[in-house]
Amino acid sequence: MGNESKIRAILKEHGRLAKDVDTLDDNADLYQAGMTSHASVNVMLALEGEFDVEFPDEMLKRSSFESIAAIASVVDSLTAASA
Amino acid sequence: MNRHASSDRADLVARTATIATEVAARHANDVDRDARFPSESFAALREARLLSAAVPRGFGGQGAGMLELGNQCAALAQGCSSSGMVLAMHHIQVACIARHGSDSPYFQKYLRENLVERQELIASITSENGTFGDTRSSICAVEVDGDAMKLDKDATTVSYGAHADAQLVTCRRAADAANSDQVLVLFPKGSYTLEQTGTWDTLGMRGTCSPGARFSGHGKPEQVVPGSFADSSAETMVPYSHILWSALWTGIATDALGRAAACVRGAARRKPGSVPPNAADLARAYVDLQTMRNNWQACAMEFDAMTATDDAAARETLGSMNWALKMNQLKMACSEAAPRLCHQALQIIGILGYKNDTPFSVGRHYRDVLSAALMVSNGRIAGKSASMLLVVKEV
Ligand SMILES: Cc1cc2nc3c(=O)[nH]c(=O)nc-3n(C[C@H](O)[C@H](O)[C@H](O)COP(=O)(O)OP(=O)(O)OC[C@H]3O[C@@H](n4cnc5c(N)ncnc54)[C@H](O)[C@@H]3O)c2cc1C
Repeated sequence: MGNESKIRAILKEHGRLAKDVDTLDDNADLYQAGMTSHASVNVMLALEGEFDVEFPDEMLKRSSFESIAAIASVVDSLTAASA
Repeated sequence: MNRHASSDRADLVARTATIATEVAARHANDVDRDARFPSESFAALREARLLSAAVPRGFGGQGAGMLELGNQCAALAQGCSSSGMVLAMHHIQVACIARHGSDSPYFQKYLRENLVERQELIASITSENGTFGDTRSSICAVEVDGDAMKLDKDATTVSYGAHADAQLVTCRRAADAANSDQVLVLFPKGSYTLEQTGTWDTLGMRGTCSPGARFSGHGKPEQVVPGSFADSSAETMVPYSHILWSALWTGIATDALGRAAACVRGAARRKPGSVPPNAADLARAYVDLQTMRNNWQACAMEFDAMTATDDAAARETLGSMNWALKMNQLKMACSEAAPRLCHQALQIIGILGYKNDTPFSVGRHYRDVLSAALMVSNGRIAGKSASMLLVVKEV
C-alpha cells in the first residue's frame, strides 16, 4: 500500500479539516472531521494529479471520499485498472 | 382507507386548482398588499386534506410523487404565488421527514397523527445569522443530555414561522461537531418559542411572511431526524426544493402569460381579420414557457421513476455530483426564466399590465418571481457547480 500516507498529505493540504489528519484513523469519517463538499473537490483534484488517475463520474459521490480507507480503495481500483 | 387515499389522489391537482381560482386568487392582492399569511388558502387546503399530499400512503397520506406535487404547487401558484411557495416549502419538510425519519416510531406517529389526521403545517429554519446563505453549514448545535434535547438558533429568514404548527431546523450534530456536520431537528408546537427579530416588507413573496427570528426549542433526542443532513439535503431537500420551486415559478409565469394572452385575444376580437402586433411576441414567450415547464417536469419524472424502481439505488444517484449539477442547472434556468417571462408579459400587455388594478396586472407576478434567483442565491449555486465541473467528466 503506502497510498494512505500520500492521501493523508493531500488531506492535510486541501481537506480543510477541523481536526489534525494525523489524529484520524483510516476509517474516521472525513465529513464529520469538517471536510466540506467544496474542500472535497480540491482533494479530488489533488488525488487525480498525484496518482495520475481520473475519477469516473459514478465515483463522484460522498461515500467514495468519506474516509482515508474509502479514498485508498477508490485510488487502488483505478491504479489497478490502468496498470 | 387505501381506496379513500387513492381517490383523494386522483384529483389532487384538480382540487388544488379549484382552490387556487376560488380561494387563493381572490385574496392574492390583499395578501400581497398587506404582506399577510394566505390563511384562506391554507384553511381550504387543510379542509380538503391536501396538506398531506406528500405523506406516503402507508401513513395515510396521498403518497403523491414529485410530478404530481409539482403540478399541485404550480396550480396553486397560478392563483397566489405566496400560497404556492408555502405549500412547496411544507412538502419539502414533509418529504425530509418521510424519506429519512420513517424508521423511527416518533416520526411514524408524527406523520400519521400530526401531518395526516390534523393536517399540520411545517416551516423550515435553515438560514442563520453568520452562515451567509450557506445552508450546508451551521453555527448553532443541538445539545443532547440524557433524555433531554435543546437548540437555540438565530435565523435570518423564516417563512410562515408564526403560522406553522412545527419547525424543522438545521444545526450542528453536537457542540464539538464541524460546521458542515449537521442534522435536522423537528420541533412541534409547544416545544419552542420563536421571537421575531426583523420585518418582512419585501418586493414580493410578501405572503410568505418570512422575517428573521430567534428560535429556542427543547424536547427529546428522538426529535432529531436519523442520519446526517448531508444525506437528507442531497437526497431530499435539494431535489424537492429545486423541482417544486421551479414548478411554482412556472405556475406564476403561466398566469402572467395567461393575462397577456387574454389581452391579445381581446385586441383580436375588437378587430377580427388582423393579427394583433403583439401576438407574435406572445408566441415567442410561450416557447420559453414550454421549455421551462418541460425542464422541471423531466427532472420530476426522472426522480419519480428512479425512486419507484429502487430507492436505495436512487439515493446513490441523488448523492452524485451529476445529479447535484442537474438540480443546480434546473434551479438557475427556471429562476432566471420566470422574471424574463413576466417581463415579456408586461411588454405584451403594456400599460394595463403595469397598473396594479386591472385584470391584466402582472406587477405582483413580476415582483414575486424576483425572489427566485435570491432564494438560495444563484451566484452561490453557480459557484458550487463551477467547482463540481472541475472534476465531473460528462454532463
Ligand atoms: C421568499 C423567501 C423565502 C425564504 N424562506 C426561508 C425559510 O423559510 N427558511 C429559511 O431558513 N430561509 C429562508 N429564506 C432564505 C434563504 O434560504 C437564503 O438564506 C437567502 O435567500 C440567502 O440570503 P443572502 O442573499 O443573504 O445569501 P448569500 O447566499 O450569502 O448571497 C449573498 C451574495 O453573495 C453571493 N455569493 C455567496 N456565495 C457565493 C459564492 N460561493 N460564489 C459567488 N457568489 C456568492 C451571492 O451571489 C449574493 O450576491 C427565504 C428566502 C426568500 C427569498
